[in-house]
Amino acid sequence: MAELMTTTPERATQDDVNEEIAAIVKEYDAALADGAAPEVATRLDYPPYRSSLLRHPTKDLHHADPEGIELWAPVFGERDIDALEADLTIQHGGDPVGERIVVTGRVIDGDGRPVRGQLVEVWQANAAGRYIHKRDQHPAPVDPNFTGVGRCLTDDDGQYRFTTIKPGPYPWKNHLNAWRPAHVHFSLFGTEFTQRLVTQMYFPGDPLFALDPIYQSIVDPRARERLVATYDHDVTQHEWCTGYRWDIVLTGTHRTPVEEDE
Amino acid sequence: MKYPPTPGQTVGPFFHDALPYFGGSDLVPPGHPGRIHLHGTVFDGAGTPIPDALVEIWQADAGGSASRATGSLRRDGFTFTGFGRAATDGTGGYSFSTVAPGPIAPASAAFFSVCVFARGLLDRLLTRAYLPGDDASLAADPLLVSLPPERRSTLIAAPDAHGFVFDIRLQGEGETVFLWHGSR
Ligand SMILES: [Fe+2]
Repeated sequence: MAELMTTTPERATQDDVNEEIAAIVKEYDAALADGAAPEVATRLDYPPYRSSLLRHPTKDLHHADPEGIELWAPVFGERDIDALEADLTIQHGGDPVGERIVVTGRVIDGDGRPVRGQLVEVWQANAAGRYIHKRDQHPAPVDPNFTGVGRCLTDDDGQYRFTTIKPGPYPWKNHLNAWRPAHVHFSLFGTEFTQRLVTQMYFPGDPLFALDPIYQSIVDPRARERLVATYDHDVTQHEWCTGYRWDIVLTGTHRTPVEEDE
Repeated sequence: MKYPPTPGQTVGPFFHDALPYFGGSDLVPPGHPGRIHLHGTVFDGAGTPIPDALVEIWQADAGGSASRATGSLRRDGFTFTGFGRAATDGTGGYSFSTVAPGPIAPASAAFFSVCVFARGLLDRLLTRAYLPGDDASLAADPLLVSLPPERRSTLIAAPDAHGFVFDIRLQGEGETVFLWHGSR
């Protein structure tokens, strides 16, 4: 496809990419041993993910104290979404194919406060690893009963909850025989716009983790594992579905109590 | 900060059925008093427009207030919610119809908060699009003052016939200043 961007004319193999990933890990471990602070964020400049080569800023992000509108976030409410949008398995005439799951968890800010009544959006591939998206070329079946798009609002405790189908892994064109671990895309808002987050939730024990440059772009293993849900038998429902729990932590807030009262 | 933040990941190539929504880029309807066009192109490091980016704006209303109203996803045509979302088109362009934000604090420089996502961009980027024209406020703005002079212009929208143009350059010549707020 036209959007493949690589520095070399030959497409890399998985082994080539593994070597690049290993070299970055080695460099990171050496920096840690030298006393560097562990990284908590995703690297923007991560060459094993080829599409990032021309799409990351080369200059450091500029530190700025949030001001004005940045100290507030858009407000969403019952008017914005339908309660049925939280169930991705009932959007069509029949049941989608695959393993029915519930994914639930809590959205909190960096101080541990629940993010209440805020919008959570998700999208994902179907059980066969195929998106409904018109540009998904993976020769796996589209499921006429699954769009793979959901929305909900968090409750007063910051909890969100989706019923869906466990997505399949899917191939992509980063390198030869490249496969993404199964994931659900998440979009989140906090109480301040600087907390805006788009990320991906993964499933425990995925054999593709070590091979995936997008997952590995979070070079610190503890930070990376924050994207992996846990299987939770208390979420699993008798003769109905299995359950996963995944909590999300947004960054800290900056608004002062005085502004809060306004 | 007590709890380490959940890291971001790229929005990927397949967000179009999920994030953009009907009316997302129209913060005000046609005929609204003070309606302006805020638009631009998102470029990569080779100067090539990015056709699979997503741009969000979050702004004060014309009077400088942050809206606390719901309804951004299902607009009623009357309530200003301050939030908009637009995917880039095949030429890398995005476009919003909105009003010019007022300054939130008296005599401060007015700006749109802008959030950028794209396939190939591993985490979202935040920036500001300042309104041009109020030279005194721009010259006193704490963020603009903290930047090298040659980079300030990347954050100031340019006037055109119907509003403002704000191009976003992810990398290279004229790279947009992107912001970090201390916790990620
Ligand atoms: Fe995906």
